[in-house]
Amino acid sequence: MEYVSIKKKRNYKKYYPLFLMMLPGVIYLLFNNYLPMLGIVIAFKDIDFAKGILLSDWVGFRNFEFLFRTADALIITRNTLLYNGSFIIINLVAAVGIAILLNEIRNNYLARFYQSVILLPFLISMVIVGYLVFSLLSMETGLINNTILPMIGMEGIQWYSEPKYWPFILTIVNIWKNTGYLCVVYYATIIGIDSEYYEAAEIDGASKWQQITKITIPLIKQVIIVMTLLQIGRIFYADFGLFYQVTLNAGALQSTTNVIDTYVYRALMNMGDIGMASAAGLYQSIVGFILVIGSNLVVRKIDSESALF
Amino acid sequence: MTIKRRKNPQILLNVFFMLIVCACIIPFVLLFMASITDENTIIKYGYSLFPKKVSSYAYEYLATNKDSIFRAYGITVIITIVGTFASLLIMSMLAYPISRKDMPFRKSMTFFVFFTMLMNGGLVPTYLVYTRLFNLKNNILALLIPMLLVRAFYVLLMRTFFATTIPDSIIESANIDGASEWLIFFKIVLPLSYPVMATVGLFQAVNYWNDWFNGMIFITDSKLYSIQNLLNRILLDIQFLSTSQFSGTYDFTSNIPKESVRMALAVIGVVPILLAYPFFQKYFVKGLTIGAVKG
Repeated sequence: MEYVSIKKKRNYKKYYPLFLMMLPGVIYLLFNNYLPMLGIVIAFKDIDFAKGILLSDWVGFRNFEFLFRTADALIITRNTLLYNGSFIIINLVAAVGIAILLNEIRNNYLARFYQSVILLPFLISMVIVGYLVFSLLSMETGLINNTILPMIGMEGIQWYSEPKYWPFILTIVNIWKNTGYLCVVYYATIIGIDSEYYEAAEIDGASKWQQITKITIPLIKQVIIVMTLLQIGRIFYADFGLFYQVTLNAGALQSTTNVIDTYVYRALMNMGDIGMASAAGLYQSIVGFILVIGSNLVVRKIDSESALF
Repeated sequence: MTIKRRKNPQILLNVFFMLIVCACIIPFVLLFMASITDENTIIKYGYSLFPKKVSSYAYEYLATNKDSIFRAYGITVIITIVGTFASLLIMSMLAYPISRKDMPFRKSMTFFVFFTMLMNGGLVPTYLVYTRLFNLKNNILALLIPMLLVRAFYVLLMRTFFATTIPDSIIESANIDGASEWLIFFKIVLPLSYPVMATVGLFQAVNYWNDWFNGMIFITDSKLYSIQNLLNRILLDIQFLSTSQFSGTYDFTSNIPKESVRMALAVIGVVPILLAYPFFQKYFVKGLTIGAVKG
């Protein structure tokens, strides 16, 4: 015992190079992540750049009172939760379904080809997605207004000024962009299942449907639960690009497309309202943090290996 | 019908997947077709998968503005290369010490890294740190550093790789031979860690290539635009095409074939990644599944 502690002490010096090695990364995290965490106190201040951030006056909860007195607070919370909630459910069903069907494809080359193509939308930036959606929905020149709607005898629709369509449009765009990723994860889990299970089931005369519901789904259930809970942990954070680029930042659409992230961005960059923006940001950070911790506790109960901590 | 279905489920399945493939690819085809459609045809009939009149005018127009496009491309390429390598270096240098079982404060340092995944200060304080404290507004470094350079998730991925694949005995014996920690890291650890470095490097390269957010909040000078920022600007503000920053001269007549030109620009922006994808897709898929299982 004694020997160990002496050895430890003497060897401390030996680790200086390793501490030095960590320094750039540690400094980066301090400024990029930890300083902004302390910076959430500006939500309780009336920022005046003439006085500087530290010396600006404290205003207590005034920024929050303003935020929660407006209808915006309720709308952005509702939109964020409803969108993310439906994305989680729909993507889950689509991804598991496609992964199971992909596993049934006998031709390996085709299966690999399908997998690559399904993942393709996941790879491109939201700006490009904005262009792709625009080429479909543009009021004057889009494919849907000019080709598809006339074919079924309908008038063109002013997509970018009709908020009521956007919950559907954004959900479809989200599936198109993100299902591929979840699908690849589930597919990798499914191909990891021992083929003996299926061979035995076949000998016993189990139908394909029975094999899927009695073997495949129970065996990937763990991964499904973990992936889903991790997404639930992030339900308070919206995909900024989806709600900003794909809607072309159109003001007319905000009643159904404004989420917490776009609200914070617009309050900060367009209105210069630091108080409101930081109040909404703090609200998101705190609730988001609680949800991450909570969902992780649940993950740990189910499968301690997959928990974040 | 039902009998056929029983007999040929494979054909049916493949038809289903072909439909999915079409849904994934057709938007890109439409984008390309729009970029080669004659401007008047677009105005009359809209974008179409089978344009009535084809024209290369949009690309010719872009060729006359190649300076601003090349500059944006150059910025994207440089930022992607420098960012990926700087990020790999800094992250691995952080990950290696916390992977060493004999490292003092190893647990607390790991938590220090990990906690950044649970909580973040949000946009406003981050924005103020980089604009007020570091003055990075309209500085090219704003495309490189904020939010992208070090990501806790990748650091922890590297740490797990170092801890599980590099035998302690190799490090110990190098230590006994008098090799310095730096030498051990660069000459032994990194060369043995090619798989994880390649995976994380690929992801970071894609992240840097695709990033438009930093440019949108920190860069207002269009000379510093990356290709994503140029595309972003033109998507949200098509008039930008006819302003001086883009074309070099004021074009009051606005005779630009705007609709096809913006699509041509998007094609130019997306083609490199589509061309590179077949070569790296295998590693990309592998990386995604590692991340998910460990994450």
